[in-house]
Amino acid sequence: MASSNRQKIALVGNPNSGKSSLFNYLTGLNQKIGNFPGVTVEKRSGYCALPDGTSAEIIDLPGVYSIYPRSLDERIVSEIILNHKSPNCPDKIVVIADATNLKRNLLLLTQIIDVGLPTVLALNMMDLAAKAGISYDFIALSKKLGIPVVPINARRGVGLEELKKIITQSSSLPAKTIFKVWDDAKDAVKELREQFGVDNDYEAYQFLEQPQTLNFLSKEQQHAVSDVRTKYEFFPGKFQGAETIQRYIFIQDLLNEVTLKAANLGWKKHSNRLDHILTHKIWGYLIFFVILFLIFQSIFAWAQVPMDFIDGLFANLSSSLHKILPEGPLSNLITEGIIPGIGGIMIFIPQIAILFAFIAILEETGYMARVVFLMDKIMRKFGLNGKSVVPLISGVACAIPAIMATRTIDNWKERTITIFITPLMSCSARLPVFAILIALIVPDEKALWFFNLQGLALMGLYLLGFSAALASAWIMKQIIKVKEKSYLIMELPTYRWPKWSNVGLTIVEKTKAFVFEAGKVIMAISVVLWVLASYGPGDNITKAREHVIEQTQNLRLSNEGLDDRIAAYKLEHSYAGIIGKSIEPIIKPLGYDWKIGIALITSFAAREVFVGTMATIYSIGQVDDSAEEGQVTIKNRMKAEVNPETGGPRFTPAVGFSLLVFYTFAMQCMSTIAIVYRETKGWKWPIIQLIYMTTLAYLSAFIVFNVFS
Amino acid sequence: MTEILKTVAKMKPGDTGIIAGFTDSDLAVKLMEMGCLPGSPVRFNFTAPFGDPICISVSGYELSLRLEEADTISIMN
Repeated sequence: MASSNRQKIALVGNPNSGKSSLFNYLTGLNQKIGNFPGVTVEKRSGYCALPDGTSAEIIDLPGVYSIYPRSLDERIVSEIILNHKSPNCPDKIVVIADATNLKRNLLLLTQIIDVGLPTVLALNMMDLAAKAGISYDFIALSKKLGIPVVPINARRGVGLEELKKIITQSSSLPAKTIFKVWDDAKDAVKELREQFGVDNDYEAYQFLEQPQTLNFLSKEQQHAVSDVRTKYEFFPGKFQGAETIQRYIFIQDLLNEVTLKAANLGWKKHSNRLDHILTHKIWGYLIFFVILFLIFQSIFAWAQVPMDFIDGLFANLSSSLHKILPEGPLSNLITEGIIPGIGGIMIFIPQIAILFAFIAILEETGYMARVVFLMDKIMRKFGLNGKSVVPLISGVACAIPAIMATRTIDNWKERTITIFITPLMSCSARLPVFAILIALIVPDEKALWFFNLQGLALMGLYLLGFSAALASAWIMKQIIKVKEKSYLIMELPTYRWPKWSNVGLTIVEKTKAFVFEAGKVIMAISVVLWVLASYGPGDNITKAREHVIEQTQNLRLSNEGLDDRIAAYKLEHSYAGIIGKSIEPIIKPLGYDWKIGIALITSFAAREVFVGTMATIYSIGQVDDSAEEGQVTIKNRMKAEVNPETGGPRFTPAVGFSLLVFYTFAMQCMSTIAIVYRETKGWKWPIIQLIYMTTLAYLSAFIVFNVFS
Repeated sequence: MTEILKTVAKMKPGDTGIIAGFTDSDLAVKLMEMGCLPGSPVRFNFTAPFGDPICISVSGYELSLRLEEADTISIMN
């Protein structure tokens, strides 16, 4: 099948018009996510089998209300549709419109028609239209628009075979243009058409209106455009408002003629009643917080079962392979580096799946728009979007799915700030660290009747993270300057039942994206850290057993005790250990020693590794840090540790608080870095984030240590 | 005689009006694209708990606007 025979079909339409349902129906599981060069918008495309045996590539363009972009991401629509000379130019455009909301949907359609590519109108949500009592004369509509019109119901798959048939057949350009170029712009358009060899008036008009959007125009072409503009006094935006008015006049006349029956009065009353409750002063927020809590609880708690299963699966795989494979560095790499590395990636899948199931349902039902509506005023003060709430709350469970969830935020600045501050929300991986340290330094007493001091300390840490997140957002809001003005102007779609196959496909898509893209980075860092912790210079590692036996001759250790000592010795003499010792002068002002230093290095993989490393270094061996017993053992051992310089305990309250604050702020999660890299499509932001959080952690820990000692 | 412009921001839930014009040309273009055209009827539905944003019905659907955005749409007296 020669790819030159495969047509490219672009799918265009308003948000909330059912475009995802149509795309999913046409492409099913044949979807892939790619990149549009130069923008962060993801390119969703897939293949669809057509009735004549060929297949078409369907490209899903972002939902827009108009060809004039509201944001950087929306520019891609003009970019693709107006570049007729490019091989990426679609052969046909299918515009999907909401039949219950036709007037506003038609604006985009009339613009697309004028662009001069074969266009088909898919009139969606015919079932809802029927329920609302709306009916149109499709034949008259098609005739007046000059393009084929296909009524469909993308949810049930009604009308889609007809749509595929029309796509296969029609290759003719729209029979007419809707918008007539103004008299005072006619000459400019004519000259541009001649100079650039452009097919039609509106296309040339768009070159003049928004050349800055059209990256395919070369420098000379951009100059030429600006010359034509100056020559004919064609200023950008000068005509845009009037063009919109002209189009709507046409649309209103059109609707007057082809609407057989308008909507029944009060067809939206159920939706309106729901809104009355869901945006209510008290009930609205209450219900919203319950939903947020539900989301949080499910990622935090319900994901635990599948996560433990995956954990166990990979642990078993690792030990079985260890038995089968011959001894040697390669098998060690596989069983101790790669398999756990893959396990460390897979373990995020349950949380990602659950979070995105929720988000997909919220978006599909139309509730997400109400979330923005309720939270907009507060969030704006911090440079955030109403939609930022979901990632922020999810971040208290785990930042990885939370950061992926920021994709729902259209505004680049708001999305970036949300991504940047989400890791500051104390995630569940910090809990084992918090638990041990609080148990060490905070007395298990009550204050103010029933408040447990340790509980208060924990709450304090969460509040600290949360405040740092908001403060950082506020600072970033002041620093990042963008030309895009922020505004809301947002549609509140009628409520509808979610389409479960859309939810399922979203989960599959997000999981794949995480595993294959962020996964690469996580795997790489994971292996590097393993190498650092398992190998060291000279023969200290290989001769570890002998050295330790020699050292502990007089102690009469059990086999287990000996193994623990050997593990500690190996860690100490590994590269990680050497790095830990060498950073000791830097971390001394924070109250830490080289043993803590090693733990800081290893917990870069994941925060909870801190506890395991501490256990190894103090020769307690592998302890189950979540079990009561395990915690008690580590805690007692750490309590007993002596600071050789002061003669007193190593883990004083000052050191403890300093470490707690450090872990609250520091970026110690390679998976977070990987996902930020993937979501911001580059290393710039993850690096800035790493530097910012490390600096914040260091300074705060330094201050806390010195204040408390 | 000074006329206080009545804008969408000053409407109360249940009020209806006809759009007269706009006081911010940048926002005007976006609002018109979204169906808020001079001469279009608009109905004020409800506000968010703190009065901002608001929800209006225009051109057959529901649109939410920040109070500052709604204040740029003037209504015929």
